[in-house]
Amino acid sequence: MDINEIIKEENLVYRKSAVLNDKVFNFCPGCGHGVVQKLIAEVVEEMNIESEVIGVGSVGCSVLVYEFMELDVVSAAHGRAAAVATGIKRVMPDKYVFSLQGDGDLAAIGTSESIHACNRGENITMIFINNGIYGMTGGQMAPTSLHGMKTATSPYGRNEAMGHPIRMSDVVAQLEGTYYVTRQAVHTPAMVRKAKKALRQAFENQKLNKGLSFVEFVTNCNSGWKLSPIKANQWLDQHMLPFYPLGDIKTEGVIVTKDK
Amino acid sequence: MAKIRGAIVVDTERCKGCELCMYNCPTQTIGMEHKVNSKGYHYAYMENPEACIGCTNCAVVCPDGVITVYKKKFEQ
Ligand SMILES: Cc1ncc(C[n+]2csc(CCOP(=O)(O)OP(=O)(O)O)c2C)c(N)n1
Ligand code: SF4
Ligand code: SF4
Ligand code: SF4
Repeated sequence: MDINEIIKEENLVYRKSAVLNDKVFNFCPGCGHGVVQKLIAEVVEEMNIESEVIGVGSVGCSVLVYEFMELDVVSAAHGRAAAVATGIKRVMPDKYVFSLQGDGDLAAIGTSESIHACNRGENITMIFINNGIYGMTGGQMAPTSLHGMKTATSPYGRNEAMGHPIRMSDVVAQLEGTYYVTRQAVHTPAMVRKAKKALRQAFENQKLNKGLSFVEFVTNCNSGWKLSPIKANQWLDQHMLPFYPLGDIKTEGVIVTKDK
Repeated sequence: MAKIRGAIVVDTERCKGCELCMYNCPTQTIGMEHKVNSKGYHYAYMENPEACIGCTNCAVVCPDGVITVYKKKFEQ
């Protein structure tokens, strides 16, 4: 059978979202950041809100988000994305406002802005990329680095003297201002499909005006972890997910209790 | 009986050779080309085109939006 009988417009089932332009992402091969940016683009396109979205980028490997998306995006100083997003949303409450931050940005230098935006219940969508390390600057330890994890600044592994890894989603779920908190991953097709639904929910919630939606993505940083993309994703399954379990943590303003 | 056939198109210049598509393909359709693109990456291609079922797994998991997927039902 001729392959050209299949490759026809009427048989199309998947194509890169039109919200992404043709520039190639700046990320390392296999990096989870790319999947998350693809999902943001797909959700915005499916909701048909391209002209109503304002993104706030942060400092870290996703700093160039404005380069790749055909959306209005501003860049915030390191750690301040949630504060900038707050200002934009308060001036333009009808826009869909999202922030996109790594764990060094959101959970280290920007902890205060992040927690207080959540606590104030700003009606925005915060997207949090947790790869357990500072990717952009060469793989230093992050607040989210696991116990025993070797990084550029913890070459023998993180130990207790360096503090404990922080589960930011569980922290912000405790705050009254958060309406929806979920932890997702994007390294298998099934996880990507599930994560997309969660992200869509987090954007839809802005219509309700009931508080902040917080979506964590546990992703790889294969360069920082010094593993191949496939091995990094296996390591993520074995080490990151047991500490950062996936699923909804808070829905409709109520913490999800898991029966064990 | 109807048979489902799929096909993928790889934007070879966008591909970074991470192999995640190949790893996540349930039908072992994908292989990595020996040749490289202008950035020096071995890019994905359909090594076994007959096997593709158009499930979109490869495209969904690809971090760089490289793969387009087509799917067609053939009556036999
Ligand atoms: C005020 C300030 N301090 C420090 C830096 C250096 N710096 C750039 S990115 C970064 C951390 C990025 O890590 P993360 O937020 O986890 O993002 P990733 O690169 O892993 O996606 C740091 C410390 C900076 N740019 N500005
Ligand atoms: S350094 Fe890590 S987080 Fe940054 S692009 Fe590379 S793999 Fe991704
Ligand atoms: S569409 Fe499915 S079967 Fe076809 S190459 Fe991609 S993952 Fe494999
Ligand atoms: S997942 Fe995408 S970037 Fe990686 S090898 Fe496959 S087509 Fe290339």
